[in-house]
Amino acid sequence: MRRALLLVAVTVASWARADDPRRSGFDFMSPGTQAMQRDDMQNPGMLWVQDGEALWNAKAGAHDKSCASCHGAAATSMRGVAARYPAFDAQKGMPLTLGQRIDICRQRHQGGTALAPESRDLLSLEAYVSLQSRGMAIAPPDDRRLETFRERGRRWFEKRMGQLNFSCAQCHTDNAGQRLGGSVIPEAHPTGYPIYRLEWQGMGSLQRRLRTCMSGVRAEPFPMGSIEMTELELYLAQRAAGMHIETPAVRP
Amino acid sequence: MDRRQLIFAGVALCSLAPRPAGAASAELEAAVRDFTGGAAPRDGRVHLDVAPLVENGNTVPLTVSADSPMTEADHVSAIAVFNARNPQRDVAIFHFTPRSGRATVSTRIRLATSQTLVAVARMSDGSYWTTQSYVIVTLAGCIEES
Amino acid sequence: MARTLIDAPAAAKRGDIVEIRLLIAHAMESGHRAGPEGKVLPRDIIRRFSCRYGGELVFSAELYPAIAANPYIAFQILATESGALVFTWEGDNNFAQTETRTITVT
Repeated sequence: MRRALLLVAVTVASWARADDPRRSGFDFMSPGTQAMQRDDMQNPGMLWVQDGEALWNAKAGAHDKSCASCHGAAATSMRGVAARYPAFDAQKGMPLTLGQRIDICRQRHQGGTALAPESRDLLSLEAYVSLQSRGMAIAPPDDRRLETFRERGRRWFEKRMGQLNFSCAQCHTDNAGQRLGGSVIPEAHPTGYPIYRLEWQGMGSLQRRLRTCMSGVRAEPFPMGSIEMTELELYLAQRAAGMHIETPAVRP
Repeated sequence: MDRRQLIFAGVALCSLAPRPAGAASAELEAAVRDFTGGAAPRDGRVHLDVAPLVENGNTVPLTVSADSPMTEADHVSAIAVFNARNPQRDVAIFHFTPRSGRATVSTRIRLATSQTLVAVARMSDGSYWTTQSYVIVTLAGCIEES
Repeated sequence: MARTLIDAPAAAKRGDIVEIRLLIAHAMESGHRAGPEGKVLPRDIIRRFSCRYGGELVFSAELYPAIAANPYIAFQILATESGALVFTWEGDNNFAQTETRTITVT
């Protein structure tokens, strides 16, 4: 059965608006890697998107429902959703990332088992849902309940940590565009997650990437799914507000 | 900020241990001779299109091609790609027929470290042609330990 | 069944040379990499790809661990007649997958 997904060869030369000084990680990549992301037929992340589409339409869990049973066509119902995550969940009384939101739906509404973080199924669903916001601006919700968490996220970003005693800001704000080892330091905007990272030879979430960053400065990484991670994600989304979503991005 | 610390912190646990340069060139020659049945390939007619510097050795785009009319009488029958410093020399062997239309193929390869790539084309008339490219492989600044 | 992305033209003129591009989801475990416990993970790769057109083998590739994960192959074929394009991947641990596309040549 042919997939319903319309594969578009995305030909934008840059993801930035002309007047925005901020640069996506895309702009720091070599032409070869950019070419890999540009064409949906060449982008390995699209393999996960395909899986996500299949999962979206497959009945699952004790309630024998698919995502589509409630949400219909993802292209309509999920348009703009990834752009406004993390978002506050009233029932949980705290902000949730998109992955956590998907997992809760799975358990609460489909009666399914939990989707483990970084599992292929969860990454595929996240990639498929986020794809529906591709090209849209990151739009963090103007929700006062998020303020304290976002502020804590900012403090994590600016706090020195690890044996190397660096803060995120020291590399990614103060020294973005300069080199670390052989590579250019990007600005650290989460515009394309989940990403296909060449280093992983696979798909991964923003939190996996953040854990790598923290190991990089020899700090104890925040656990996956921790509130600290959500706080950081919230701040990063605010910092990247207005930049366009590229999911599924390819990154070195 | 100690620069040495910075660089050391960025060095990854290498997933493919590269070969020392000396041992590599003898093995590389042997791999080429194995493919050509002992014949020494001549320079030319085959092309390696790969970036001179790549930001990650795990997924390196590569295009290899050879000039030929691709007729029944005169075509490329195979192109083999070898490397100098991965754990093993072979990368791939591509087999063409006149129905290929054009002897060109693109793929993505792994490079353990900066090194030479060699392409050898076998023509339908039994001749062998070769070319090589050197690729510099850099590492990302922050890499998780696997 | 591994996921694939296949870009093969549905139609062509006789004599055209057309490009076929394929991606398949596969870890291509090299056999040189250590897992989390420090033990080397056994090799598990796709070793061979072939394209048959109208029943005849027109292009094939022998792949080694130096081919990157989620292997991408793009090659060309001469459009001669309408028929089936059959793509086959084979590898370690009895990995075998076939995908078919049709091409109409006028």
